[in-house]
Amino acid sequence: MVYDVVIIGGGPAGLTAGLYASRAKLKSLLIEKGLTGGLVTTTEWVENYPGFEEGVEGVELARKMETQATRFGLEIVQGAVADILPDGKIKKVSLEEGGQFETKSIILATGAHPRPLKVEGEDAFRGKGVSYCATCDGAFFRGEKIAVVGGGDSAVQEGIFLTKFAETVYIIHRRDRLRAEKILQERAFSNSKIRLIWDSVAEKIEGDNGVKTLHIRNLKTDERSALDVQGVFIYIGYNPNVEFLKGLVALDENNYIITDENMFTSVPGIFAAGDVRKKQLKQIATAVGDGAIAAVSVEKYIEENF
Amino acid sequence: MSDAVKSLSADSFDQTIKSPGLVMVDFWATWCGPCKIIAPVIEELAKEYAGKVTFAKVNTDENPDLASRHNIRGIPTLIFFKDGKVLDQVVGAVPKTQLKSKIDSLV
Repeated sequence: MVYDVVIIGGGPAGLTAGLYASRAKLKSLLIEKGLTGGLVTTTEWVENYPGFEEGVEGVELARKMETQATRFGLEIVQGAVADILPDGKIKKVSLEEGGQFETKSIILATGAHPRPLKVEGEDAFRGKGVSYCATCDGAFFRGEKIAVVGGGDSAVQEGIFLTKFAETVYIIHRRDRLRAEKILQERAFSNSKIRLIWDSVAEKIEGDNGVKTLHIRNLKTDERSALDVQGVFIYIGYNPNVEFLKGLVALDENNYIITDENMFTSVPGIFAAGDVRKKQLKQIATAVGDGAIAAVSVEKYIEENF
Repeated sequence: MSDAVKSLSADSFDQTIKSPGLVMVDFWATWCGPCKIIAPVIEELAKEYAGKVTFAKVNTDENPDLASRHNIRGIPTLIFFKDGKVLDQVVGAVPKTQLKSKIDSLV
């Protein structure tokens, strides 16, 4: 059997592509390596996705998207893609677990993963104080001190969230101003539990059974200091999930997939959508837009080529 | 709620982790997104490994002492026990295939 489209990645972009493709009566399969939902599931509360006037739980939003997409016939399988053979019109997608799918087109919606700090102690204390998910781990730091590393939306939003539990939240940012949305900045500045540490980077994480100290360095003065914290939450951006592509499609200098406005990649019949794509704004709202466009582009591509 | 994954409290915990064979305990809470995602995976594993591996879960909000006793700083954390002793642990929601190979390596 040949699918019309195989979608790789089950976050908002992939699920929306699946929704549009299956409503267009395309034979559609979505392959998810881990657990459907994508990064949304690590956000406690989504406040800027239209239609939910009071906001919505990240997990609930992901579940709703999945249910909606499968209602129209999207198939979802769990597996990690090992290889894509683009030869000829029919492409083959093989899984690490074994098994191969044939398809007329592919949508890459693999998203991105939190970028590690790459400092000493980061791996050793993962799950023992080092975290990339405030929603999951914040409650284990009641009355304690936490450092959040980063200055974008995620860092500031999760820093504010962590004040629900922690006594003090340090936000450590390498610049002298935040990149986060203005409304988030205002909330952070007016929160008495948040202390901003400007122009500084994390250098080393130390502890015993858990994190005890974060060593930081001021980039302007070169002064080093040690913060007494029990948690280090890392929000310094994301890396696109493109390793399995092995250079199949053109990437930009940061490894994001280059597409045109209709989500075509450099290879005919292969499209990309969501956070894995080179674009200015990586949000749920833009991911679903990408997914819808990619599915419609697939429909046109199949009409013209098969 | 399935019976395949037993919900533990401070009273039942020590006895359960001494059950014969491998015991996997999922530390979770209602507000944790990844916990909700991995829960059905654990239910499936409990059925697949029925009679071979004991599966249980601890709500960390209701049992903060059990969580701090095991130095839990993030959930979901899955701890594997044999004869009441910690063998290994997995932090975060990981795919089913990865959990299966972990279990197979420990059984």
